[in-house]
Amino acid sequence: MKYMLLMQFSEATTDFTPITEWTPQEIQAHIGFMGETNAKLTEAGELVDAQGLAMPATAKIVRSHAGGAPLVTEGPFAETKEFLAGWWIVDCDGPERAVEIAAYVSAAPGPKGEPLNMPIEVREVMSGPPTEL
Amino acid sequence: MPADDLLRTLAPQVVGVLTRRFGDFDAAEDAVQEALLAAAVQWPREGVPDNPRGWLIQVASRRMIEQVRAEQARRRREDRSARELPVDRWTAPAADEADPAGQDDTLTLLFLCCHPALPPAAAVALTLRSVGGLSTAEIARAFLVPEATMGQRISRAKQRIKTSGVPLRMPLPAEWADRLDAVLHVLYLIFNEGYSAAAGPELQRVELSGEAIRLTRAVRALLPHDSEVAGLLALMLLNHARSAARSGPHGELIPLAEQDRSRWDAAAVAEGVALVTAALPRGPVGPYQLQAAIAALHDEAPSAGETDWPQILALYEVLERVAASPVVTLNRAVAASMVHGPAAGFAVLAALEADGRLVGHHRVYVVRAHLLELAGDRPGAVENLRAAAARTASLPERHHLTLRAALLNNGPPDR
Repeated sequence: MKYMLLMQFSEATTDFTPITEWTPQEIQAHIGFMGETNAKLTEAGELVDAQGLAMPATAKIVRSHAGGAPLVTEGPFAETKEFLAGWWIVDCDGPERAVEIAAYVSAAPGPKGEPLNMPIEVREVMSGPPTEL
Repeated sequence: MPADDLLRTLAPQVVGVLTRRFGDFDAAEDAVQEALLAAAVQWPREGVPDNPRGWLIQVASRRMIEQVRAEQARRRREDRSARELPVDRWTAPAADEADPAGQDDTLTLLFLCCHPALPPAAAVALTLRSVGGLSTAEIARAFLVPEATMGQRISRAKQRIKTSGVPLRMPLPAEWADRLDAVLHVLYLIFNEGYSAAAGPELQRVELSGEAIRLTRAVRALLPHDSEVAGLLALMLLNHARSAARSGPHGELIPLAEQDRSRWDAAAVAEGVALVTAALPRGPVGPYQLQAAIAALHDEAPSAGETDWPQILALYEVLERVAASPVVTLNRAVAASMVHGPAAGFAVLAALEADGRLVGHHRVYVVRAHLLELAGDRPGAVENLRAAAARTASLPERHHLTLRAALLNNGPPDR
């Protein structure tokens, strides 16, 4: 079963300081943890894909526009309160394991090595027609 | 030669032979993939045949003929007056039949795959599959796209070549220069994809840089007197030589100035330097030779502090005349600041910004941060590093820039 673990950042639910204010050692420890986690998931054969996303400030919103060129807007993103920072797609035994992995990555180290407790949204990837149909 | 290398070397030759014989690139390519698969299963068990090339041609031809026959049967059913294929196209030629075109087929295929009508991404994929002998799954993994997507991209590219009506042959002398440019460009794209993607072996990433070097060596073997081919090979070797020192234990990026130079591949440096040294005086001097000459100056410096920046600046000035691009100008800004101080760098940067093509590009922020740091403006440098980190599309680079900003902001860890 495939699950998508979404690293959701939200000012309302996270209370840690932004990474730009961490010390070099704290940043290094955080990056190291992420790298090791991906290596472990790869070794377990559970990692399908993991990606980080560029900041929302660089994103574009595209809408089709009847009869004309698509509407492309660059923001406004500066005030964004919630954004998707990256994701993992894991292929694991079931929902319990997906939650376990999500809990593990949620505890990535932040300032003073304390776990960040980032909110990680777990969504099953719909990979085939539902068996009930 | 290990069996894998042997197969990769032989694959394009066999595709070339079959395409010439049957006149269908697409089908020949599929048949050869099947023959390679058979070889990969059979050879380790039963040993490599005496004439591996002949073996592959025979197996792939048999597969092609099966296809031709199936096609013929279908047509007969559909159309009573089906025309029959000439008899000589129905039988497989002797496995050891001498082939006068031989090795040149690799080059022919390379020129076909690097067709100017193809978008670069498609040309890269097709080249890796047909000339590099990589499987669709391997290529898909290297470019981080699903295998089905890559399969689609490859078959669209083949379709595009088919409908373009360009025959499978060496380009005419008049087309030569343009086509060679496209070939070298595609090889360079393949190299850079492998070079700038800082992913470790645990991700089973295909060694694209190594593959690009292998293919460029093949082109050079066929065009030994072309100085740009030599320049490109030198450029790849000189960059590839640093790969072991370019990333740390967690895959983090280590910039040139901070790399442990004892970990550079001295043999690759020596070969690259020799190549570019021999190519430069022979001329005409093109962008690959100039970039290789710059890379050689970096690689030959015993330490970052002893880099010959005046020489590098002079080379960037020539490069800007030969092949101007905003990125070249940006690099010249750095070289100018290393020779004449930050003010000279800011002057180049100002001219570049007035031109407007690189506005908002993360590299501009990186260079401005470097100049501000040289000028002693730490807060300004930190701010620009953070802006660059927010704009890069590469995760290792984002990590590197965030870390550099933090180091500059908080001072070195020991203080």
